[in-house]
Amino acid sequence: MRVTGFWRRWSWGYVDAIETLAGTDGAKSLFMNSMSDKTNVVDDPLVCVRDLHFTRGSKPIFRGLDFDVPRGQVTTILGPSGTGKTTLLKMIGGQLKPLRGTVSVDGQDVARLSRRDLYALRKRMGMLFQSGALLTDLSVFENVAFPLREHTSLPESLISHLVLMRLHAVGLRGARDLYPAELSGGMARRAALARALVFDPMMIMYDEPFTGQDPISMGVLLTLIRTVNQALGLTSLMVSHDLAEALSISDYVVIISEGVVVETGTPDELKNSESAWTRQFLSGSPDGPVPFQLSAPDYAEELLSGDRR
Amino acid sequence: MDFVARFGRFWLDVLERLGRAHLFLARTLGAIGSLIPRFGLLVRQLHAVGVMTLSIVLVSGLFVGMVLALQGYYLLEGFGAEAALGQAVALTLVRELGPVVTGLLFAGRAGSAMTAEIGLMKATEQLSGLEMMAVDPFKRVYAPRFFAGFLALPMLAAMFSAVGVVGGYLVGVEVLGVDAGAYWSNMQSSVAFLDDVVQGLIKACVFGFVVSWIAIFEGTDCIPTSEGVSAATTRTVVYSSLAVLGLDFVLTAIMF
Repeated sequence: MRVTGFWRRWSWGYVDAIETLAGTDGAKSLFMNSMSDKTNVVDDPLVCVRDLHFTRGSKPIFRGLDFDVPRGQVTTILGPSGTGKTTLLKMIGGQLKPLRGTVSVDGQDVARLSRRDLYALRKRMGMLFQSGALLTDLSVFENVAFPLREHTSLPESLISHLVLMRLHAVGLRGARDLYPAELSGGMARRAALARALVFDPMMIMYDEPFTGQDPISMGVLLTLIRTVNQALGLTSLMVSHDLAEALSISDYVVIISEGVVVETGTPDELKNSESAWTRQFLSGSPDGPVPFQLSAPDYAEELLSGDRR
Repeated sequence: MDFVARFGRFWLDVLERLGRAHLFLARTLGAIGSLIPRFGLLVRQLHAVGVMTLSIVLVSGLFVGMVLALQGYYLLEGFGAEAALGQAVALTLVRELGPVVTGLLFAGRAGSAMTAEIGLMKATEQLSGLEMMAVDPFKRVYAPRFFAGFLALPMLAAMFSAVGVVGGYLVGVEVLGVDAGAYWSNMQSSVAFLDDVVQGLIKACVFGFVVSWIAIFEGTDCIPTSEGVSAATTRTVVYSSLAVLGLDFVLTAIMF
């Protein structure tokens, strides 16, 4: 019975995902509707970050971060390099503990969970690392099957079916026997996405999913992230520098800088923001509230002073 | 004042790192039970650190035995005691050179490989990936490698000594003309199983434990960059070699 329930729960989600990727009309309309159907569901957050403080060495990374990640939507965290966006994902996943404040996922304070409870929570979270983080000694098939083999005692035939469905959903069924070293960057991330989805998580975190991707791979990843979120009813949390791409599939955006939240809202709200900082960040202007020049002594004075330093 | 502060900071860092290493060891030892359902992982690591180190150990053992026979023959010949060559070669190998040289070779070949592999797994986020899949790296990565190293080194040391004895025979008996009967019978009468062979293997077990611990800890504790992995690999070889030589003295003083 346990196996049957597991099979049904998973297979329906992936049939939807496959149909969506195959481009059936029903799935397409679902996808298009979701793109325009922006609703604020912060009333029902999956992730709550409250008064988060964290330092690395003597450098403060977060200085009282507060935001929610709405359930069932694609949320993107934006911010300049070195703001601690990846650190934030690690804190949500329980790999780092806050200095002060709380990070709760589905009502559970992540930092206070026992190792057993944390692992139970992680089974419901997927994470796509920037490098893919595939195990290099396993083939693509074995990488995707890995969480199932570790955490379940499903029969081999069922594992094979589940893995092939996920690989088909990301377009890599034909690469099942390849090893990570034989994959391109985009293929590695798609394989990692298949692995992250294999345990039917309630949420998935993406760490810079588009970095270094060619336009086709980027398009594939964009479609996958959006459609998988929609078809499987996930909550997606993404960290990205690729503004145009990230905003095109996001329902909700959180901009952080210098350890605090600068602004939150839908992509349209942010594009029309009155904040000069947000406008500079979204337009990529080299100068503005964030100056081009770091603070330094007067230029002319320094050149004429004759000092070597 | 600056010097005093830096001196204090240095030792605080050393103590902190030692503390981390011991906590790491405790968690690795605590994961031993997980090897029962993952026996295949242990076998795979035994192949990686044991079988793959075998060729260098066997070749080294053969040459070390041959050199021992040459040096021993020139020394013993002066006293007219060349018949004791087998005894000299065997005791030197079983008590000292077998465990020590195998420990050094193991640190250079398998220890450095373990550090580099784990360091690269850290740099490529594979360890974080395992954590996020709710898979404990102590059970999946560290414990199999640690116990494989611990088990493989005594076996390799035994084979090193056995091949060394054969090397001594080839040079002493076949080349230098020592009587074959004297070579084997003196060896048999003077090498005690418990006092020599077993105590030599105990040394090898201790070296296997320490080298594996250092190698795996350095891998997990490295800075996840190419320079960091390179530095950690170097530290593994240096610390392991020093630990083998230092512990050899301590164990010899205690046991023999």
